[in-house]
Amino acid sequence: MEPNTGKITSLRVEHITKRFPGVLACSDISLSVGEGEVLALVGENGAGKTTLMNILMGLYRPDEGRILINGEETVFRSPGDAFAAGLGMVHQQYMLVANMTVLENIALGYTRAWSPLALDLDMVRARIDEISRKYGLAVDPDAYVWQLSVGEQQRVELVKTLCLGARFLILDEPTSALTPQETDELILLLRKMTRELSIIFISHKLQEVKNLSDKVVILRRGEVVFEGSTADHSSDDIAALMTGREIHLPRNEAPECEGKPALDIRGLKVRSDRGFLAVDGLDLSVCAGEIVGLAGVSGNGQRELAEAINGLREVEEGEILFFGRNIADHSPRDVIDAGMGYIPEERNTEGIVPSFSMKENFILKDAGSPRFSARSFLKLEEIDRNADRLRTEFDIRSPDTDAAAGSLSGGNIQKVILAREISRMPRFLVAVYPTRGLDMGAAEFIHRRLLEKRMEGIGILLISEELEEILDLSDRIAVIFKGRIIGTLDRRTADSRKIGILMAGVRNDEAV
Amino acid sequence: MTKQFKILYRTVLILLAVAAAMLAGALILWTIGADVTKTYSVIIFEPLKNKIQIGEVIIRAIPLTVIALGISVAYRSGIINIGAEGQMAMGIIAATAVALAFPGLPKAVLLPLALTAGAIGGAAWGFIPGLLKAKLHVSELLSTVMLNYIAAQFYTFCLRGPMLDPAEITMGSGTPQSMRLTKAIWLDRLVPGTRIHTGVYIALFLAFTVWLLLWRTSWGYRMRAAGAGERAARYGGIGVAGCLVAAMVISGAFAGLAGAVEVAGVHRRAIEGITGGYGFSGIVVALFGGLHPAGIIPASFFFGLLIVGADMTQRMAGVPANMVLVLQGIIILVIVATRMVLANPYLEDRVRRRYCRLTDRGREE
Repeated sequence: MEPNTGKITSLRVEHITKRFPGVLACSDISLSVGEGEVLALVGENGAGKTTLMNILMGLYRPDEGRILINGEETVFRSPGDAFAAGLGMVHQQYMLVANMTVLENIALGYTRAWSPLALDLDMVRARIDEISRKYGLAVDPDAYVWQLSVGEQQRVELVKTLCLGARFLILDEPTSALTPQETDELILLLRKMTRELSIIFISHKLQEVKNLSDKVVILRRGEVVFEGSTADHSSDDIAALMTGREIHLPRNEAPECEGKPALDIRGLKVRSDRGFLAVDGLDLSVCAGEIVGLAGVSGNGQRELAEAINGLREVEEGEILFFGRNIADHSPRDVIDAGMGYIPEERNTEGIVPSFSMKENFILKDAGSPRFSARSFLKLEEIDRNADRLRTEFDIRSPDTDAAAGSLSGGNIQKVILAREISRMPRFLVAVYPTRGLDMGAAEFIHRRLLEKRMEGIGILLISEELEEILDLSDRIAVIFKGRIIGTLDRRTADSRKIGILMAGVRNDEAV
Repeated sequence: MTKQFKILYRTVLILLAVAAAMLAGALILWTIGADVTKTYSVIIFEPLKNKIQIGEVIIRAIPLTVIALGISVAYRSGIINIGAEGQMAMGIIAATAVALAFPGLPKAVLLPLALTAGAIGGAAWGFIPGLLKAKLHVSELLSTVMLNYIAAQFYTFCLRGPMLDPAEITMGSGTPQSMRLTKAIWLDRLVPGTRIHTGVYIALFLAFTVWLLLWRTSWGYRMRAAGAGERAARYGGIGVAGCLVAAMVISGAFAGLAGAVEVAGVHRRAIEGITGGYGFSGIVVALFGGLHPAGIIPASFFFGLLIVGADMTQRMAGVPANMVLVLQGIIILVIVATRMVLANPYLEDRVRRRYCRLTDRGREE
């Protein structure tokens, strides 16, 4: 069947309502996108953005409401239907096979090049060429996906979606994994692409909403609370509409702290899963009552460092002195008992047991502690009390504490983890990408909590790619590149330009 | 209201699953030319017609319950124990060996000793795959199945060799079985005229214990965490390897104990074929019972019914007993499908709203 190649000149969504167990995910949502328009869909975590997009992509069917493409009502029974109608989505997590080439990855979905026995790779190559030229998206079809940077992989995703016939793009947080430079490039690229097609993109970052979109729709608790032209509103207005209140991300303005070294890492070497030295002779020290921000493009050893500190990864060489005691290669239990708190990178699989209830997740590290069990029997009342208290204190939104943790939204999952780690009264905290993918309201909340802990005299190692987050919170900033600290900056002298240069691996002696 | 609906929803779905399985079974029965209604009525109603038959159903439900409980402990801890058949055989050998070695001991000593030996025999057979999995990441699917073969051969060897009844040698009949064990290890019969024995209490007690262990103790919490999210458990400082080994030891011990109870309660000597597939049916029972003691007990009864019913269809409806195995297979497939449906909260919610609408309208009218 020859796919329809006509332009999508208008996409309208009318009165969409979708209910999930106990939640009204989308309530009477209407929006429309015209030819060449870019619509930004913003809202806090759990506001219903993803649900709405899944309805557009045919993954869910709405309980009420309808979708019109070029004025005609369309019903999507499956993702295939949405695809045939010309809607293409690029997900937050890229759907690429790492050990295949770009060409092969695209051929995977390009069924027109398939015949029962052979795969017409030349046809795929021609198609990639055509799309690349049409939209100005340069990709090397013969590169292996694992060789590409995150930004390049995203471009492959875009090319793939377009090659497969998308005439309308839906992008779910397209910049969440990109460096600042890559983000700028992407925005330019998308701007150019609007000559050929329309775009809906989901984002938390108000700056790019301003830069890219023509129209903005703000969702809160499943409802459209604002719809208007981007040019008429400032980022602050949009942020306030998003959360329903003014947002001010807190800053670390406390006087310099002179605590004793809490964490002192010397000459640390750690291997990655693929066997190379991901952390290669790293030295770093964090004092009590100090936040050290570890900046760097992800994949430069951050994950391995955090895991090694927490006993989850073997240490090849070097020392990790925790209040003077070497904890390198100790078991996770030992490290926890020594007073380490850890907010892991993978919040959905590592930070929580998804099928466990929220209250069960609160005792993940303490099931055997006298507080929650006596002679091995769990103290159910105390567990309930603890959960109720934390849920209120950390404003975790869910019907009750029996809800499966995995069913919560990203922001709420992160709050569950934060609540558990902070309420355990740690002496030190390692926080890895603590606000990745979270909306501003949740990020603000988490930042405040981290600063509070700092004031209580707890040392924090903050690993992040968000320069603003690092600049807002840190007392000192260390930049990691290829497993080593390439430079350390003081809060007063640091700015994003200097950090950016170091992140790229250029040692700037003046800045050190 | 919601809780009430939840129970109703699940019950209806399970009943639908049973109905679907029966329908598929009916088709197969029809193709082999059997009388469908008669076969089903024999399977389901005949075993419940009199005391003796009900007793037979119950004595089959006992080992099924005990084994399924052990399997659910392993399953919840993230390890799939397909080795209950072998673990049960090892339990029978150990219990029989104790009874043969100390025939003079009083009942109060010998019976607990033999049951414990049975549990240890099974536990040892569960420990091996548990350790291999925890330390060397050997798939338990392979190791438990292989250990089943070894246990089966060892069992045969014991019955034909060291444990063979001396009377069989003198009489020259050579049936591979042990001598009748001393009365000191017999479990008492509960209801006169039936074979129901005190193993019922053991099974019920173990069901309660498993529930207590898994949902009320910190050990059970850790084991469930290791099973439900290995990475998160490791992150939380839980010794995942230890949990795996412990779960397999418990699982093996339950299977071994089931074997010992079967010998002490029903056969009173080790004979060939005692395990009779209980180790495999136990897996189905555990899944059918939702890996929860409260579900496993009725599920065991249901499967006990099928086993007894199978025997009777052969006699009364002329349908081979193997047909019941076919039915079992169909039931397994239906269970897997049902579990997927049950795990879909969206569907549940949709049905709930429709149900609410219906009941509301009902009230208005």
